Amino acid sequence: MLKKLLITIISVLLLAFNANAGSDGDLVLNKNQPDKIKDCFEKLNRTTFAVNQSLDRAIIKPIAKGYGNLPDGIQNATSNAVKNLSNLITIPNNILQGDVKTAIINTGRLVLNTTVGLLGTIDVANKIGFPKYEKEDYGQTLGAWGIGPGCYVVLPILGPSTIRDTAGSFVNVLGGDPWYNASIHGNNEFLSESAFLASKAISGIDFRSNNLNSFDNLEKNSIDFYASLRSLYLQDRQNKIENNQRGSVDVLYKDDEDWEEIDNQ
Amino acid sequence: MKKILLIIIFLNTFYNNAYSIEPDIFVQSTVNKASKILEKNISKEDKINGLKIIAKETVDIKGIGFYSLGSARKVLNDSQKRIYFQLFENYFLKSFSSRLSEYTNPKIEVRSTKIINNNYTIVNSILIGTSERPEVKIDWRIYTKNSENPLIRDLIIEGLSLARTQKEEFASILNSNDGDINVLFKTLEDFTKN
Repeated sequence: MLKKLLITIISVLLLAFNANAGSDGDLVLNKNQPDKIKDCFEKLNRTTFAVNQSLDRAIIKPIAKGYGNLPDGIQNATSNAVKNLSNLITIPNNILQGDVKTAIINTGRLVLNTTVGLLGTIDVANKIGFPKYEKEDYGQTLGAWGIGPGCYVVLPILGPSTIRDTAGSFVNVLGGDPWYNASIHGNNEFLSESAFLASKAISGIDFRSNNLNSFDNLEKNSIDFYASLRSLYLQDRQNKIENNQRGSVDVLYKDDEDWEEIDNQ
Repeated sequence: MKKILLIIIFLNTFYNNAYSIEPDIFVQSTVNKASKILEKNISKEDKINGLKIIAKETVDIKGIGFYSLGSARKVLNDSQKRIYFQLFENYFLKSFSSRLSEYTNPKIEVRSTKIINNNYTIVNSILIGTSERPEVKIDWRIYTKNSENPLIRDLIIEGLSLARTQKEEFASILNSNDGDINVLFKTLEDFTKN
């Protein structure tokens, strides 16, 4: 109870610190532009980033490499199962963003994959032609509601985030994630806190394993790896909040006047 | 007189179109050239050198260099600009070719094009997935002001712009060093040497 209260207070403080909601669409777009987002705690962020990188090299990367050596079938099944669980956060966010149609589709996907797809290990919905699954979270919903990202932060272990996205993550443990509720407070013999933590850890390892070469390549060819990752994270969040279809670059260049200026020189 | 006029119009039209290269064909042919080098059984260094030659012919390195500098480009004098472009070209070619040389058998298929305006066309393509990597969407920002010599200005991989990432990386180095351009010069030089 005390834990919940503390989390609620932190979330409210984070959002109050960050409150600039209720603006028009252009302004919202502007607020999410990566180069407009301030790195207010850069020194601390860089230190946390260095610690995270050490942890990654010592623990996460070796595990991710080992995971990557498992047979494809096992990796796919694991990846599908954790993706299936993420529907439990995506669906309420679809509704909160007013996208009831996608919420219904994702509910169908969750039911089908959990039952016919053997607890989500087989993505049956994808095989029979459901639309491509796009994850949603509470940070995205807050962004879609017009709340600006606030400062960029690097969280221990979890990595890049913003004040808004961090506040959004707290919503998960305040009742916004049915999987968390069932595991931690479900009072049943099948689920426990360790099941929840294991699913989150597997999700992280799965992501790291899928991006082993990309990260190595990026690190090797960056003159400031911290800044590269910050830029990529913020661009990705901007695309997700604005629901930009991959391949559509209209929005990406809407406010980019630099090229125009260069052309006119 | 009418005949001469018609011939002039015809020739003018012909020459205007004769060497114009469609952006999608330009991208596919560039990718094919790069793939041939990457498929060859040659050393990594030779591959990198081959890729550098392709990049020099097909990428607007000077434009990207200007773009990456952000607002700092407005305060550089001519001498600093000359130094910067030399350093940037070396940095870019090393970074670009080194990134690509990691791929052993990249198969990229051009899917569609979207003309943004006279200066830009976006070419949408797919890096075909393998058992080791998933399918990746790559969009190419092609500068088409000179239709006879289109140039690549940006690659947008799964919605993430490489030019933009590079610009923010440069800005971060400048911001951390009170805007001292010499620190950026030194960083680019060190990267190329290592």
